[in-house]
Amino acid sequence: MDQANVGGYHGIPRWIYAIAAAGGLFVLLPLAAMAARVNWPQFIPLVTSESSLTALGLSLRTSAASTALCIVFGVPLALVLARSNFRGQRLLRAFVLLPLVLPPVVGGIALLYTFGRQGLLGRSLEAAGLQIAFSTTAVVLAQTFVALPFLVVSLEGALRTAGGRYEAVAATLGARPTTVLRRVTVPLVLPGLASGAVLSFARSLGEFGATLTFAGSLQGVTRTLPLEIYLQRETDADAAVALSLVLVAVAVTVVGLTYRRPTHPGQRSARTGSADGGWNEVAR
Amino acid sequence: MNTGKPRLAALLTAAALTAGLTACAPSATSTGPSTGPSGGASSDTAGQLSGTVTVFAAASLKATFTTLADEFEKKNPGAKVTLSFAGSSDLATQISQGAPADVFASADTGNMAKLADAGLLDGTATNFATNVLQIAVPPSNPASIGSFADLARPGVKVVVCASQVPCGAAAHTVENAAGVTLAPVSEESSVTDVLGKVTSGEADAGLVYVTDVKAAGNKAKGIPFAESGKAVNTYPIAIVGASRNKELAAAFIAMVAGADGRKALADAGFGTP
Repeated sequence: MDQANVGGYHGIPRWIYAIAAAGGLFVLLPLAAMAARVNWPQFIPLVTSESSLTALGLSLRTSAASTALCIVFGVPLALVLARSNFRGQRLLRAFVLLPLVLPPVVGGIALLYTFGRQGLLGRSLEAAGLQIAFSTTAVVLAQTFVALPFLVVSLEGALRTAGGRYEAVAATLGARPTTVLRRVTVPLVLPGLASGAVLSFARSLGEFGATLTFAGSLQGVTRTLPLEIYLQRETDADAAVALSLVLVAVAVTVVGLTYRRPTHPGQRSARTGSADGGWNEVAR
Repeated sequence: MNTGKPRLAALLTAAALTAGLTACAPSATSTGPSTGPSGGASSDTAGQLSGTVTVFAAASLKATFTTLADEFEKKNPGAKVTLSFAGSSDLATQISQGAPADVFASADTGNMAKLADAGLLDGTATNFATNVLQIAVPPSNPASIGSFADLARPGVKVVVCASQVPCGAAAHTVENAAGVTLAPVSEESSVTDVLGKVTSGEADAGLVYVTDVKAAGNKAKGIPFAESGKAVNTYPIAIVGASRNKELAAAFIAMVAGADGRKALADAGFGTP
């Protein structure tokens, strides 16, 4: 499917455009309404206040850390889900994807009963001198919990789309599985891995419910940007709106960087085609 | 060959990103079949109250107002009370944005004043209850807290409200009054979150309202302290200006401020203003 025009039917009924425009507006209009409410003369002082900058810095640091954790655990998970066959594989996939649809506050409660002081693992960790509750580690755990499925979904799709032909050739040439993984598989699915990592980062950045429930809220330690916005809203609506806009801008930048328009039309068509296949296989 | 990435798949999952920042929606509890936003006819016959009254009340009033609404409906068979509970500032924002409330009961005078200043109230507010802070500890009291000064001991995990919310402002006042400086491990945005950290055993102690400790039952133990009297929270109630059933709203307020209301409020731990 390398050629741009293979099965290239581009006709769309006109009325589809009207509904698509309404759908697009549904997302854009609230963002525009929020931007219209920003107190522009005060915008810079509001977003550069000490508490805002501390919260933004903490958000960026914890999101980077949880993205790293997502890669460490998500790549093996995606490989196992895409490339092996075993009983309970579907069940494993369902559970890995669960945080996507779970309300974040539920994730927070679950984490609390796992890593909290009275929790399943927390008691042993506490005995070992490790305290997770109310620490930045708790924020990273909460973010990893909600962001992991994004990486797994993206990468599993990429792995299935890429297929195993090149790996098979490499194996017949005498490469060991680890070498195949390192030299063939990973380079092959690097775009999928990158987009999954960016999505995980963006999701971590927006994490609110699980953090509030599990980690608490203290400036510089656990109060990330969404928590700061929620708190500012109590007293200073202008600050909350200004910070919301910053979060939107960061998210748009991050997502925009990954989903740039492809430069070659042929490549674009191939990608679109593969994307459908990838999604269908994941969503099967 | 085909090295494409699952663009569509990732984009679809990106839609789930919006799940990130969720606001606390107020929990609306209808104690009867609602007849409309705040509508319904009032006073079909003389002395007979009817219609629906929508009451926006601070979250801490949930148990009390639910009981009172039941009694109100029993006494006025034609009347229905619809209750909505949330943080006072959330409710004040909703009312100023045109939410169909007939009665507003706030947990602090500040949010009521906001609506009064904006000309959104009918008449003046009535103060009907007071609330003070109490130290809440897990039932086992792991850090052996006995006084307010104990909260400042090193190693004690104390959770308080952030100073932006009323319970946090009250915590600051009692800190100053007691001459004790706390080093909290978390400053939560609502008193419910503080209590949650205590009842789950994550925190050794938290500063919450005496009514919250009472509502937590055997999941938390309350420790009163003298300095709490320095920060008394007053609860005002008023008719919302845009109400279409002011007669019924006034009747509900009269019940809250009257003997029935006082008894229910006292049972929940509230004081009288």
